[in-house]
Order: sequence, then structure tokens, then C-alpha cells
Amino acid sequence: MTSTMLRPPAVRPPAAGRPGLRHRAERLWTASPLTWIGLVIGVFLSLFPFYWMIVIASRTNDAANSWPPPFLPGGKLGENIQRVLDNGDANIITGLANSFLVSGTITVATVFFGSLAGFAFAKLRFRGKNALLLIILASMMIPIQLGVLPLYILMAKLEWLNTMPSVTVPFLIGGFGIFMMRQYAEQAVPNELIEAARVDGCSTWRIYWHVVVPALRPAAAVLGLLTFMEQWNQFFWPFVVLADPANPTVQISLRSLNTAYFADNSQIFAGTLIATLPLFVVFVLFGRQIIGGIMEGAVKS
Amino acid sequence: MSSLETTAPPGLDPSRSRRTARRTPSGFPWLTRLDLRLSPYLFVLPFFVIFAIFGVYPIFYTVWIALTDRSPLNATISFVGLDNFVELLTNDPQFWNAVWNTFGMFVLSTVPQLLLALMLANALNRRIRGQMFFRLAIAMPIITSTAVVALIFSMIYARDFGLANWLLDLVGVDPIDWRANRFASWFAISTMVDWRWVGYNALIYLAAMQSISKDMYEAAALDGASRRRQFWSITIPQLRPTIIFTLIISTIGGLQLFTEPLMFTSGSGALSGGSEGQFQTITMYLLEVMNTRFRWGYAGAVALVLFLLIASVSFVNYLLARRISSDK
Repeated sequence: MTSTMLRPPAVRPPAAGRPGLRHRAERLWTASPLTWIGLVIGVFLSLFPFYWMIVIASRTNDAANSWPPPFLPGGKLGENIQRVLDNGDANIITGLANSFLVSGTITVATVFFGSLAGFAFAKLRFRGKNALLLIILASMMIPIQLGVLPLYILMAKLEWLNTMPSVTVPFLIGGFGIFMMRQYAEQAVPNELIEAARVDGCSTWRIYWHVVVPALRPAAAVLGLLTFMEQWNQFFWPFVVLADPANPTVQISLRSLNTAYFADNSQIFAGTLIATLPLFVVFVLFGRQIIGGIMEGAVKS
Repeated sequence: MSSLETTAPPGLDPSRSRRTARRTPSGFPWLTRLDLRLSPYLFVLPFFVIFAIFGVYPIFYTVWIALTDRSPLNATISFVGLDNFVELLTNDPQFWNAVWNTFGMFVLSTVPQLLLALMLANALNRRIRGQMFFRLAIAMPIITSTAVVALIFSMIYARDFGLANWLLDLVGVDPIDWRANRFASWFAISTMVDWRWVGYNALIYLAAMQSISKDMYEAAALDGASRRRQFWSITIPQLRPTIIFTLIISTIGGLQLFTEPLMFTSGSGALSGGSEGQFQTITMYLLEVMNTRFRWGYAGAVALVLFLLIASVSFVNYLLARRISSDK
């Protein structure tokens, strides 16, 4: 999974011994000043909105709406956060708890079902395998909008409207997780090991548990991270089924802040800060793995 | 049982040895056989159960609803044939306005997004100090939700005290009312999309670039090809499958655009996308028909047409991308 990241940078066979040639080949990959300028601008644009979020979230609302705009953080961060937490329309504490619950459940389920099915598709023989795989691939192309109305009616029938099962159960396992685990299982689980376990009398489930799971661990971690991030940030479907502001996910809390008749920007920004913080922590701790996962996935597809 | 097992020559014929192995374990050969037969299906079953209930069933139901005048306001449901589609395609300017907006913002965001990502990836592919720092910094926007992005940029594009207008003021340009003007709103929303996705796409391109053999570049350099030339003649054609992949992903995402334009206006009437629907997208229109006008049958037709649009644009993109890169 992280082989892209682990590969030592630029290991190349020495270029044919001729020093001139070798020098030239090396120079091919050096960064020009233009490269540096481009990268620095890229990093600045990429990080500035985060900084801006902190600036506004730590100012009074009057200062946030002043001309010229403020560029340095103020001292009101704690106060603004307190105001968001107390905001009766946004219910952001409930929102945070719900988001943790929903994203956590979906992440665990995706990793479990994804590794199970990925193992089956990579290593087991069964009739109709390719057709089933094709269905999974096709399922990834279907936007949720296509079925949004019947899904809504279904949720109403199940009496799941405004409750967390409505935003959890339909997403317990998706095609992406299965594909990712299948790709990884194909190369990470040696066939000989499975054969040996069979000869020793292991059932398929025991093979999964004792042989496949340990081998899939790195990929499972990355899948878990990507799934958690994706689910934490879900907006469209929760917006449809969680109309009651009393029981939102955190993204819907933000929406409630935004629909207030008076736009209190420093409060809104404190809200965005709170909603982003958990994923920021995840990114600081596991950024390398996340990037490795994105890059590895790209090469595979 | 056990005699059979010992007579089978182990390891000569794989299918044969597996058959014998299957009989060894518990003394219940039928159980083992059942395990081998059934387990694969059990393992993939959860996906298909979820997909059948929450994926396939709603699709067919949508087709059915689209042929009726169903509404929570109507006591009865009657079959209306293709009336909804006829009305949608021939007599609904608001729908076509939404289509126009969606495609406008799609083009305005996707083209710069992929070009910028290619350039960034090319820069990241050089030998630089602090590689990991640059990758992390550029990928960081993916941790934000579309709602957060929309809120931050809504303030940057505020009419009265916004950062964008302040910058324009610095260079002597009059302030822009970003929500009132169609093109300005498209531009603002496109920058939101791009901010979040450029880094992600850059990483995907970077990964693909790193798998291109370095020898090709060295050979080209020996032949005197400039870096620019190398980029267009080696990198781009080699990236073809990756470019198609990102194009299709961007198409699926771009034509579903929803949160950014929704949150671009505060207040409760946000589904209408501006005072005259300047930035109402198809998905916003779908929810407006469904939840404000309660015309469920009609909403079904909107959903189906949206899906057909996404499918056909993805397909056209695929053809186009294949064509373009094979010309090089």
C-alpha cells in the first residue's frame, strides 16, 4: 500500500559510467526557480483559508466585518467557540457526537465487509465472480441523486427520518472499499499460505481471520482513514433526511448556523473550526498514510 | 476417508490436492464442501444486500414514480406516461437554466483544476527538499467538508467586507457583487471546488508520473528535447489513463454540484440559487421540486435526466480524452 512512499527516492542505475552523461541525467530532475515559485504559491493558496479560518474565528464579529479585513488572529477564540457550543439552533455538540458515531460505525463496517469481500474476490473461486465484480464497479458510478426520492420515502416508511440509521445503514459498505481491499489482497496474501491453511483443515472464515486479516492490515488502516474522512464530510444526503435541527450531524449544524437570519461570521467560523478539527488531527497523525493511499489508489486504477 | 487421502498424490495436481484437503479437517466432508461452496457468496453478500435495498430498488422506483403524478399533496396517484419528461424537456426554462449553470460551473472549475493539478504534480515530481511537506500542504484542503469550504469562501466573496473585493480594490478594480452576477457567482463557486480538489488530483498525477520510466526522459534530453517538450511529448501521453480517470471522477462530482452553491447564500431560500437562479444547479432544482413544490413524479424525471446527463458526459469525456492523447 505505501510502497510509493517507502520507495527510496530516485534510485537509478548509474548512467553508463560516463560522467558527463550522468551529470546531465541528474540535472534533468533538479528544480528550477520557477518550480519553487510555483510550489510556494501553491502551498500558500492551499493553506491560507485555514489561517483565515483561525483569524476570523478569533475576532469579534465587528472586527470580522471591518475594512480592510483583519489579517492577524485576535483573542476571542474561546469566547466564539463558547457561543457556537451554546447556540440552540445549531446543536453542534449533538452534531459532533452524531458525526463520530455515524462515521465511526461506517468506517468499521467498511473495513470489515470490504476486507471480507475483497478477499473473496481476490483469492476464492466461485461462479459468477466477474459478473458480481462488474456490478460493484457499476454501483460506484451511480450518484445518490438518482434514487434520492424513493430513498427518502423508504426512510419515512422505516421511521428513520431525523435519526442516525438513515445516514448510516445505506453506506455501511460501498464498492470502493471492496475494490481497494481486493487489489491489495491480490498481492499481499500468498496463495501458498491459503493452500497450506486449507491442508491444515482451516475453514474459509479461519483463513480470513488468521491469514488474510493480518496481511491486509496496512491497507485496512488507509481504507479506514479515507472512509472516516469521507463520511465525516457528507452533506447532501444528511441534508435531505435530517431536516430537524435538533438531531443533526456536524455538517448540518454548520448549515443551521448559516441559515440564521443574522450572519454572525466569527461564530460561523468558530463552527467550521470545530467541525474541521477532528480531521485535522487525523491528518496530522496519519497524513503520510492518507497521501500514500491516494497515490497508490491512483496507480492501481 | 483417510485412506483416500493418503492415496492422492499430494501437490501434483492442484485441484486434486485441494479436493483431498477439503476432506481432511473435521470429519464432516459435507461441511467443508459447504464451506468452500458457500463462503465466497456469504463474504460478498453484505454489499449486495445493502446495494439491492438502497441502490437498485430506489432506481427502479424512481423510474416508476417518474411516470406518475405522485405527490404527498395528492390523495391518488395516476399514471401519466411520459408527460413529466415532455414537460421537463420542452416546457421548463428553470430546468434548462439549472443545466446551463451546472455545465458552466463544471467547465469553469474542471479545466483549470486539472491543468493546475498537472502543473503542480510536475513541480512535485522534481527533486526537491521537503517533498513530504509540500505533498501534505497541498493535500490538506481535502480534510475540509464542502460545507466548510463554502462557508469560508462565502466570506472571502462577501460583497461588503470580503477579501476578494479588498484585493480587487488594491489593484483599483471596483468591488463585485459576487452573488448578483451570473458569471461572478460561477467563478466564485468554481474556485471553491478547485481549492478543495487541485491538491488531490495533483497527488494522483504525481503517482502516475512517478511510474513513468526515467529513461524516456533521459533519452529525450539527450536528443535535445526541452523540459516543456518532454512534458507534452512524454508526460501527457503516458498519463492518458490517469487523465481519463480524473476527468470521469470530476464529471461525476461536478455535475452533482450542490453544497457550495447552496451555502453561497445564507438564509432559508438557498435552494433557488440566487435571486434569479444564477447559480442554481440541477441537484438544487431536484430538491426544490421534491421538497418545496412536492411534485414527486416530476422530481423523479429530473433525477433520471440528471443521471443520463452524467453518464453521457462521462462517456464523451472518455472518448475525447482518448482522442486527444492519442494524437500526440
